[in-house]
Amino acid sequence: MRNAIIKLLLIIAAVLLIGWANRHYDSYTLSILNNIGIFAILALSYNLINGVTGQFSLEPNGFVAIGAYFTALFLLPADAKTDMFALVDPAPLVLSMHAGFIPAVISGGIAAMFIALLLSFPVFRVRGDYLAIVTLGFGFIIRIFALNNPAYTNGAMGLNDIPSTADFLWIGITALITFVVMLHIVYSRYGRAMKAVRDDEDAATAMGINTFKIKTIAFMTSAFFEGVGGGLLASFLTTITPDQFSFLLTFQLLIIIVLGGLGSMSGTLLATILVMGSMEWLRFLDDDMVIFGWHTGAHPGMRMVVFSILLIIMMLFARKGLFGDKELPELLREKFRKKGEQ
Amino acid sequence: MDLSIFLQQLVNGTSLGSMYALIAIGYTMVYGVLRLINFAHGDIMMVGAFVTYFVYQTSGSFTLAVLAGILASVLVGVLTDKIAYKPLRDAPKISLLITAIGISFFLENLFNVLFGGVPRAFKAPEMLTKVLHWGSIYLPVTVIIIPIVTVTILIAVLWVLYRTKYGMAIRALAFDIPTVKLMGVNADTIIALVFALGSALAAVGGVFYAVSYPSIDPLMGVIVGLKAFAAAVLGGIGSVTGAVLGGFILGFTEIMVVAVFPELGGYKDAFAFFFLILVLLFRPTGIMGEDLERSRF
Repeated sequence: MRNAIIKLLLIIAAVLLIGWANRHYDSYTLSILNNIGIFAILALSYNLINGVTGQFSLEPNGFVAIGAYFTALFLLPADAKTDMFALVDPAPLVLSMHAGFIPAVISGGIAAMFIALLLSFPVFRVRGDYLAIVTLGFGFIIRIFALNNPAYTNGAMGLNDIPSTADFLWIGITALITFVVMLHIVYSRYGRAMKAVRDDEDAATAMGINTFKIKTIAFMTSAFFEGVGGGLLASFLTTITPDQFSFLLTFQLLIIIVLGGLGSMSGTLLATILVMGSMEWLRFLDDDMVIFGWHTGAHPGMRMVVFSILLIIMMLFARKGLFGDKELPELLREKFRKKGEQ
Repeated sequence: MDLSIFLQQLVNGTSLGSMYALIAIGYTMVYGVLRLINFAHGDIMMVGAFVTYFVYQTSGSFTLAVLAGILASVLVGVLTDKIAYKPLRDAPKISLLITAIGISFFLENLFNVLFGGVPRAFKAPEMLTKVLHWGSIYLPVTVIIIPIVTVTILIAVLWVLYRTKYGMAIRALAFDIPTVKLMGVNADTIIALVFALGSALAAVGGVFYAVSYPSIDPLMGVIVGLKAFAAAVLGGIGSVTGAVLGGFILGFTEIMVVAVFPELGGYKDAFAFFFLILVLLFRPTGIMGEDLERSRF
């Protein structure tokens, strides 16, 4: 009972904080906060399949793209689509798509979830790392489809002028919901089954866990939230093109969940703030630098070199990340218990 | 489609398939021994192509350039194993996969920063780019040379695997690493050999790719690597002959489908993916593979 009250108070405090931030910060700070919020949604759901269930996948860019395109097409009014589609006329289906903000975003999540279900049949039937390569390929295929079906996606030009309904109130609260839902999953019967699959699949099967079902549930849940995050991203950026959803996006999320600790939701949240903050802060690496009077010249991509080295070093020397596979309260409890014993 | 065009496409398909086959061998051998999808393999191929390009530009000797490219790829491949994979031999497999992704992204971005992302035209010596024609069939010399070189290399690899002591050690490692160590074999040396062999073949594949398409860029290894991996799964991962077969099948399909249905040209890069899905759905062991858990050469 006491725990439930504490949780409720924490949630209310978080909502108030989000509302306050949305009112008081300038647009630059808010855009960084929005970025952090969206990446938190994506990283938390990515951690469910990679960290909690231990199935290494590389799909977020694909699911985010699906969510973003679905939401954008639902949000854009029909005449705006007709004006925008320059290569070919929009397909009748595209013109008839229209919905409010919430159904539009949720539809993106459901579309991604459905694709996840389809992918899980070939992938989870075999054990091993096929999920990684199939999901990596899937990310590329989505781009090829977007480029080759201009009647649905407007090809390489992408979609513009998407109504920007998503402010920090929407994004922050969705991130909060994602966090709470993920924590509940982790501590539920399903969450324990997911961890069992991660730690020892044979033992999990022997305990009567349907590993295919558990992996598929984790994958679909993860896809749903990634789709929702994509929808919010589309509305936040107001412009989407196929090239935006490249592997770079997945790579950033991978760094976040490895830093936070594979399997730790609170670690992921903290790591999102750290990584997205340092991405902003390390922007100077990509620009021209003067070292002892010597110009390095602008090097777009230098940040990514640094981050990939960081990832490798982390895997070699600090595989557990910040929180390992534990949540913050568990870590604190452990620490206090140790102190008490002394 | 008349016969002459069909023949021409057949030769083109063989040439493309050879490239996939050369790169797929590296994937299949590393997977056979370490059960690791070496995500950096496509980028090791890219390194080979880039070094070949620069050495050819400065020295003018194509043979020297190709040798330098192979050497560079072997170096990067073996170093990757030593620095990034070897310390993680006993770690959970997910750590190994993440490290492999890290290496892949590192190589791509490093080359992007060093040489820029704009594709560079790869000018091969005229001897290779000459176009022969009989009647209505036009064929560049490369599409004839590539399959011949590939088959020669393949025979050499099979000879190493099945007729030498090292090959026996590689095959034994694919079964059981601890037992092989107990027999007095230095497992790390043999694994390094696997990486060296795979990377050398990838470099040759990369040079063929650069000569045929004639351009190189830091991201060239991504799609080709993905396709070669699909080819390895199609043939049965862990089997070298299977990887070659898978490579040729994929090469033919890509060329033929686009020749017969030109409107599908935009989806050319997607075929490998559908192959991968179909194989996993209906025959996860691939054509030549026996058992995924205990794959062998």
